[in-house]
Amino acid sequence: MTDIGTMRVKSGLAEMLKGGVIMDVTTAEQAKIAEDAGACAVMALERVPSDIRAQGGVARMADPTKIKEMQETVTIPVMAKARIGHFVEAQILEALEVDYIDESEVLTPADEANHINKWNFKVPFVCGAVNLGEALRRISEGAAMIRTKGEAGTGDVVEAVRHMRTIIGEIHHLQTLDEDELFKTAKELSAPYELVRWVAENGKLPVVNFSAGGIATPADAALMMQLGAEGVFVGSGIFKSADPARRAVAIVRATTNYRDPQILAEVSVGLGDAMPGIDAAKMPEELKIQTRGW
Amino acid sequence: MGHSDGKRRRDWILSPEPIPASADVPVVGVLALQGDFREHRVVLGRLGAVTREVRRLDDLADLDGFVIPGGESTTIVKLMHEYALDDGVVALAGAGTPVYGTCAGLITLSRESVEGGAQTLGLIDIVVRRNAFGRQVHSFEADLQMPVLGDAPVRAVFIRAPWIERCGNGVRVLCSLQGHAVAAEQGQVLVTAFHPELTGDTRVHGYFLDKVRAHMAAGGDVVQNVTQLGRGVVR
Repeated sequence: MTDIGTMRVKSGLAEMLKGGVIMDVTTAEQAKIAEDAGACAVMALERVPSDIRAQGGVARMADPTKIKEMQETVTIPVMAKARIGHFVEAQILEALEVDYIDESEVLTPADEANHINKWNFKVPFVCGAVNLGEALRRISEGAAMIRTKGEAGTGDVVEAVRHMRTIIGEIHHLQTLDEDELFKTAKELSAPYELVRWVAENGKLPVVNFSAGGIATPADAALMMQLGAEGVFVGSGIFKSADPARRAVAIVRATTNYRDPQILAEVSVGLGDAMPGIDAAKMPEELKIQTRGW
Repeated sequence: MGHSDGKRRRDWILSPEPIPASADVPVVGVLALQGDFREHRVVLGRLGAVTREVRRLDDLADLDGFVIPGGESTTIVKLMHEYALDDGVVALAGAGTPVYGTCAGLITLSRESVEGGAQTLGLIDIVVRRNAFGRQVHSFEADLQMPVLGDAPVRAVFIRAPWIERCGNGVRVLCSLQGHAVAAEQGQVLVTAFHPELTGDTRVHGYFLDKVRAHMAAGGDVVQNVTQLGRGVVR
């Protein structure tokens, strides 16, 4: 019997991406640079997060023409972002046969109460989360991969660190609780009890967890890996830097060798300027993207 | 995490399971540049092997077996070349050490791929088609017969998987699907297009470890008929 679109197949692709770097790209040329640098996948979007921030306006799914060009140019998986709750963008992306859909807070949300019912799709979804409850809600909706949100388009890793430490800390806490307490905790987390229990028993999320939002240097990538990320997304950090091709290679090497300071030092040399950053901690709440998602 | 190995480790009171140091416990390296290397380590560990993550050339020393996991073949092949691990693995296989590759590992070990894009190691005489079953929306799982594992079918998970387009004479096909070979072996080299490491069925890894143990029992001096078939450079 042959089964398509099972959770094992969906989360299985995320397992294959582990230890890798997924790079935001807006054109086929950028996708090629990413693939040549050793990216394990590319993420198609119409503007990188720092441009969305700077230019404002409504941020939508990428132009299908661009996505097709990327699919024809690279052999690594091509992912694409859909707006939160915009299940028709997701239907279109599935029809285009993108390999993963990111239901992303970086784009302007289309629904302020509901996320996409991801069980309705054969294509797998990755979703952002700032804490364990949010991660488990997304998984209960059918997400096959999680990424911590960080604060996209800032080049400031502080929020990525906060979110990763929060989720890992909450998982550690769950492991100290007995069954009686897990019922209450599931309620507090606004997450399904069965998932909460699974996490308590296994000490990890049931799906792969990457880090995103603010990674701009090889050191940032290795930091997130040492904190427990299983791979990293890099958005504006590469194509808004002085030498994208070189920085892309360096971030890939740093992610592979995240525990080897000697290699981290070698790859950090001569990269030119990183993307100009924004201090995320000093940013007004209303400008933060991470609060989108419910 | 890195700092758990340092001076301030706090697990000295309840020390973890001692790693068996016995000479008859196989030490299997798992390529850890990218992909699902952790899952391979878990399965091999369940079967009694000691595993080691391989990222650099010196990690290849004194291995009894070697695994290339699933992942992105383009990425894995590129990173192997950057760290000279391609030559290292060819030398390891040349010394008769059993090698197993799943999915991206199958592509990496093959002679060449029909559509190009990846420079492969040429350790098994097969020509592969990458993403042969289509993009992720066509990924699937299925029950397949693999006679060397006995009568019970193996639950095979195919993720943007390749198939084997053509085999050389020395290659034994172990399992087929839709008329295409999806598992094969040649001497000490075993490949599957699917991912037994994701299913909890340990039989394929058990079959591989049989090769590893036979190699160890022979003192590592098994007469070697794996010859490198020449690097397939395409595109």
